[in-house]
Amino acid sequence: MPASPRTIAELARALRAREISAEAATTECLDRIASRNPAINAYIAVLADQALAQARTADAELAAGRDRGLLHGVPVSLKDIIDVEGVPTTAASRVRAGHMAVRDSVVVTRLRAAGAVILGKNNLHEFAFGTTNEDSAFGPARHPLDPNRSPGGSSGGSAAAVLDGMGYTSVGTDTGGSVRIPSAVCGLVGLKPTLGEIPLDGIVPLSTTMDHVGPICRSAEDAGIVFDALRSEAGTRRVRAEVKGLRFGVLRGYFTSLLDFHVASAFEDTCSALSKAGATLEDVTIPHAGDIAPIYLHIVLAEAAAFHAKTLDSHADDYTPNVRIRLEMGRYILAEDYVRALRGRTVLIEEVDAAIDGRDAILLPTMGVPAIKLGAATVKIGGVEEPVRNIMLRLTQLFNVTGHPAITIPCGAATDGLPVGAQLVGRRGGTDDLLSVAESAEALLRPDSTR
Amino acid sequence: MTIKTWLDTAIQDAERKNLSALRPMLESLARAASALRSADWNSDATDAANQRHQMSTPDAR
Repeated sequence: MPASPRTIAELARALRAREISAEAATTECLDRIASRNPAINAYIAVLADQALAQARTADAELAAGRDRGLLHGVPVSLKDIIDVEGVPTTAASRVRAGHMAVRDSVVVTRLRAAGAVILGKNNLHEFAFGTTNEDSAFGPARHPLDPNRSPGGSSGGSAAAVLDGMGYTSVGTDTGGSVRIPSAVCGLVGLKPTLGEIPLDGIVPLSTTMDHVGPICRSAEDAGIVFDALRSEAGTRRVRAEVKGLRFGVLRGYFTSLLDFHVASAFEDTCSALSKAGATLEDVTIPHAGDIAPIYLHIVLAEAAAFHAKTLDSHADDYTPNVRIRLEMGRYILAEDYVRALRGRTVLIEEVDAAIDGRDAILLPTMGVPAIKLGAATVKIGGVEEPVRNIMLRLTQLFNVTGHPAITIPCGAATDGLPVGAQLVGRRGGTDDLLSVAESAEALLRPDSTR
Repeated sequence: MTIKTWLDTAIQDAERKNLSALRPMLESLARAASALRSADWNSDATDAANQRHQMSTPDAR
């Protein structure tokens, strides 16, 4: 971890106070990558020379009074399914051997315009189709707090890099929880904005109607800074809301029925803390919660199979076995069942809209268990073995189906120190309001978060 | 196509392609498809779902 500053907001202040240069901050991150990446495997490619050149440019621009905003001179990384001109986009797959991006993705264009320094490309679950980061042509990314555990996925390398000080933020993608899951298990903040809010041009798709781009950061304030750059509205300012008077709808039933003891305890502590601080908490329901997984499955499998059909026929052996078999499964989805899933999606949108109506946010856990051990196929909850993938997606995939913005913030830790996350969900199009609520809740739950 | 017909055909095709690992996943997918098809938000050509809704709505009497 860089000695100081810790967050983007802190670095931005330090850069403008001339307490540190962008070049020094970038060098610190590159040194950290050199020392830690062999063990953590968070990066697939490091763009050291380019990053240092960008940092020197940022220092010169800031010295000359050309301030591009709070991301100016900040070292960032990208999940390796996001195109950077002149750099391969591997998607962590041998299927992409020989690829070279011919132009920047829209999000990279916007990050460059905001003055960000691009450190490199992060490891991920192959083609973003998995929750553990184990199935990667480059080997698994590892959890910085316990290398025998997964940092989550699919943006696992991104979260591991941010947690371990190998960058101040990483931009990932989230189709079923792939920003929020790794953020939660790594004790970070992960934002999935409203569906369609940030363009996907130049990003390898998984599910064209459920893919989202979002940042993984060390604070909710930082998530707002990166979000502003990604949507190219750097002038927007948010005002942190008071916790007192906030209204939360708490999802229980399906959403709290399969929780590890430590997660359940941390979540109830979170509810109590918010209530004691003057927030109003009321239980809300999603009447068709039991249909979420079948709806999600039919959409994601069919859309992923359509994108991969040609290479499944021509390069099947270049996929990792687990990812290949899930993609093959999508080729058996019937059109009539895909259409039923789309009908179910409209029902779930209405139900989430109703749950949040008259409230500031919906509150639920982000993931039912802390970081899982690498190689585990199941996890035991209440004495019952549950498939890892089902448990990891269970609480996040709904908001990819419906498109509502969602953010995870740290809310505690298990007895072994592994982090636990709480998820806040906002109105469609209300990502700014959600960030305000998240900043308030974060300040209450983790008072040192912005120090 | 019924779920059973679909599942039998899919398993045969997967085995023909030497993808026997697909079998348990296809069986799981069949359960998911059954859930989708039995969901109460589905509509069909008989308009039965709408009729059920009207019968349960006092104003519609």
